[in-house]
Amino acid sequence: MTESPPETRIDDARVQVVELGRRTVGSVQCENPFMVAQNVNVYYGDNHAIKDVTLEIGKKQVVALIGPSGCGKSTFLRCLNRMNDSIDIAKVTGEITLDGQDIYSKAQDPVALRARVGMVFQKPNPFPKSIYDNVAYGPRIHGLAGDRAELDNIVHSSLERAGLLAEVKDRLDDPGTSLSGGQQQRLCIARTIAVNPEVILMDEPCSALDPIATARIEDLMDELCEDYAIVIVTHSMQQAARVSKRVAYFHLGHLVEVDDTDKVFTNPQHKLTEDYITGRIG
Amino acid sequence: MNSELSTLQKVDASLKRRLRKEFLFRTTGMLATAVGVVFLAVFFATLIGKGSSAFKQTYLLLDIELSEEVIAPDGEMDLAYADFDGLVRTALRRGLPEASGRSERREMNRLVSIGAGYQVRDLITASPELLGTTQTLWVPAAANVDMLIKGNIDAELDESLRPLSDRQIAWTEKLRIDGRLKSKFNAALFSNGDSREPELAGIKGAMMGSFFMLLTTIILSFPIGVAAAIYLEEFAPKNRWADLVEVNINNLAAVPSIVFGLLGLAVFINWMALPRSAPLVGGLVLTLLTLPVIIIASRAAIKAVPPSIREAALGIGASQMQVVFHHVLPLAMPGMLTGAIIGMSRALGESAPLLMIGMIAFIVDVPGGFTDPATALPVQIYLWADSPERAFAERTSAAIIVLLAFLLLMNLAAVLLRRRMERKW
Repeated sequence: MTESPPETRIDDARVQVVELGRRTVGSVQCENPFMVAQNVNVYYGDNHAIKDVTLEIGKKQVVALIGPSGCGKSTFLRCLNRMNDSIDIAKVTGEITLDGQDIYSKAQDPVALRARVGMVFQKPNPFPKSIYDNVAYGPRIHGLAGDRAELDNIVHSSLERAGLLAEVKDRLDDPGTSLSGGQQQRLCIARTIAVNPEVILMDEPCSALDPIATARIEDLMDELCEDYAIVIVTHSMQQAARVSKRVAYFHLGHLVEVDDTDKVFTNPQHKLTEDYITGRIG
Repeated sequence: MNSELSTLQKVDASLKRRLRKEFLFRTTGMLATAVGVVFLAVFFATLIGKGSSAFKQTYLLLDIELSEEVIAPDGEMDLAYADFDGLVRTALRRGLPEASGRSERREMNRLVSIGAGYQVRDLITASPELLGTTQTLWVPAAANVDMLIKGNIDAELDESLRPLSDRQIAWTEKLRIDGRLKSKFNAALFSNGDSREPELAGIKGAMMGSFFMLLTTIILSFPIGVAAAIYLEEFAPKNRWADLVEVNINNLAAVPSIVFGLLGLAVFINWMALPRSAPLVGGLVLTLLTLPVIIIASRAAIKAVPPSIREAALGIGASQMQVVFHHVLPLAMPGMLTGAIIGMSRALGESAPLLMIGMIAFIVDVPGGFTDPATALPVQIYLWADSPERAFAERTSAAIIVLLAFLLLMNLAAVLLRRRMERKW
């Protein structure tokens, strides 16, 4: 087989990335870094999905990952709790540390990592179990509760913090799937914080919800970031502007720009970022 | 020209064509369904029409004198050699005194089944105190008498063309008028093993054989099949070896069943020296046969579990094993069970592999365990269908009815089980 000729119709965006030396503009550093990704590359077979991304995620802050579809922001998110491990063809290089420990080292068990780095998914995915069992599942498998009373306590406080307790406290034995979409997503958040993680990853948590449910989740994030580091992937720039302290803009696998949210949205440094937030790329 | 027509007119024109096509398609579908239903109806009608009479059997009422001279000539009961058939013959002669001469008597004796003698022996063995008394017993009539009563022998035919002589037909008629002939439920069909005499032949032996075989099969094939499916779906690395295994499993599901019989003969009987004709070996062979079916069905059921549930569990920090046992298996179980029961139904109806491992033998005793010689229901049907006696024809149909009833029950169980487990949410 002969090498295929280099693509002739490269879009402007890619050309610019190449021209600008693939360097991330803005500041990848932050105060109090808790999770640090350095020169992370991800390959799906031959597809180079994440290219040399370096990013620090601070304690008690919300970092939003934005960018057009297929830019790699979800892939990067899934690297942070090694969810890509279950994809056979995925290969991750570079270094990601959590509180100074390399999460891709041999000594690191992905199961233990995911107890520290929880995840909330795009589509609400409660287990086909009762509301109580949904929240109690994590504490149960990790052995966090010594007895039933302690478990009850964890379940109640998790539901409380997810803002769901008032709505479901009389029907904890109902199936989790009987709740509305927004309630299900808050149930999934309660399920995640029941394990008491240090970082919460959210992969477009509001894309399947109506505006009211979205507003509730955003409020919730404001409260949760007082205790956890939160990384959120979102397609909505308004949402990123509302909830995040820092914003990272991904484009075709590159981390183009990262900085404080107000800086990026008011005064983007990179042409691509500007095009995206003004609606010219989408 | 077309361009002058409005869109509406074009749609109207095409609509007619579309509706005609739809009508044609629907009619063809209905016809196809109707043909299927008609065939099914014919099948069941002939089967039930032919087989239902086998659930009844003609019995003769005889006053049998349990004479001490015959049963206990030396003062002690001689159950092994006593002429119980003679007692039955004497009783029959008393009922039909007009028979004279050796050849007429011999003809008369053929009206009653040889099972009558066994019945008398069993009676006296069970209650020795009846010795010396005269007992009135219903004993099975010979198969030909039964056939005559059921109308399966045409009395109008020339004597040389039917199994019963004119005299025998006349005697049967006399017995019937005397009230000494009666059609009763054929309990022997469900309580006896096979026999050369149709009136004594039953399917209990075959049913027990099938039961022990299927028990072996389900005990082995369900856990092995599910375990293999889980490993292949959830744990096995996806490489060339996995592809090879997958292709081979799919091929195994399509291998003719008799080949599995040959394999069983070579491995289980010749090499492992397990007994011939045993339900254990039959069960092992049927396990090989059903494993691919169960593995394929279980893998499909596992694949059908939504990935979001897996991700949710993994995201909380469940290990691969916990994901499988806490979430995937409960959701996949109905599909797995359905696959297993479909595999079992197939195993219940198999006869070809059993021929190779000696389960086609003529076995009179009802098997009591996994290593007793046995046969199976489909093989019994095959054996009876091969028998020349007229009375075996209806028993063949009856055995088929029983087999179908079991299959129907198993499929019903599959549906109920599935519905129950899926109703959870």
